[in-house]
Amino acid sequence: MVEPTLLQTEVTAGALLPELSYDVTATTVVLGALATRDWRPMHHDKDFAVNRNGTRDIFLNTPNQAAWFERYLTDWTGPHGRLGRITFKMKGSVFPGDTMVFTGEVAETAVDELGCGWVAVDMVLSVDGETKTTAHARVALPTSTDDNPWSRQADAWRP
Amino acid sequence: MSSSLTPLPDVLVDALAANDQDPLRAAQSMLDVKQYETAGEFPVEMGYVWSTLSSTENGNPLYWDDEVAAELTDGPIAPPSMISVWFRPHNWAPGRTAVALPLQVHFDLKTLFGLPEAIMTDNTIVFHEPVRPGDVLTTYQRLTSISEPKTTKLGTGRFWVIEVVYENQRGDLVGVESYTGFGYKREEA
Repeated sequence: MVEPTLLQTEVTAGALLPELSYDVTATTVVLGALATRDWRPMHHDKDFAVNRNGTRDIFLNTPNQAAWFERYLTDWTGPHGRLGRITFKMKGSVFPGDTMVFTGEVAETAVDELGCGWVAVDMVLSVDGETKTTAHARVALPTSTDDNPWSRQADAWRP
Repeated sequence: MSSSLTPLPDVLVDALAANDQDPLRAAQSMLDVKQYETAGEFPVEMGYVWSTLSSTENGNPLYWDDEVAAELTDGPIAPPSMISVWFRPHNWAPGRTAVALPLQVHFDLKTLFGLPEAIMTDNTIVFHEPVRPGDVLTTYQRLTSISEPKTTKLGTGRFWVIEVVYENQRGDLVGVESYTGFGYKREEA
């Protein structure tokens, strides 16, 4: 049996997620764009990015940023963590040579009327202390060692 | 977002004709109407899942360990955040003459109101049934709201909310993406 990494009952509002730091390279950007089937040149062609988009280099695409936030969350929750919803606000671009820093704080916890345990998390992706993207996620966590949010289907899942 | 305007689709040409050429009434007649129903170009497959996990160095055993997937999700699934990946068209395909724009409703509204500039201000994704290898997903777009004229520091225009709904081949809802767009004209200097 796969034991839950984190129970919803162990989490309280104000708790901080462990920080994640990652050095971005051109490979990070290109691999992320192609893995998400984003063929637009500003994510793999520096000449296009600089001369057409006016940016300093190629930059991380939005779907891959979503994947980074999901990784950041599930690093913390473990495999039982089930993402219910996520909202993004992008304020700046992430380029090769940047060091991305992900931080997160628990905004609230709740158990819905069907017994599903929820944690709301505010997250920030920053570079050199400057916020590049903010995200707010709602993720379901088990409320006990024999609970599994992934088993909830149809009307029993209210993200 | 591009500052170019795309041609108006026939459905909006008809809506304008039915509403005395009033763009607001034409847009309001499209509220909650399913548009641009599209099927994914290929079944969901684990190759892109592992490429995405590799690109983010995501070691979640749910996606790498078949026993964990069997126990928690009755078999392999794709990470929820990949939902839009399954609808991005191939960069080339036989017979293709034009690249389909994602969020075409957004571009239609820009044209309808004659607003050359636009930005997206918010993007929310809500995840429902898990997406599994072999699934063939379908999607449609619907306009859910449109504002009165607003002036911001960017210019004067309108806000609108577009939902992109994703379903699997069994008709199960797998996700809803919600985009808030602001189409506008820059203020004259």
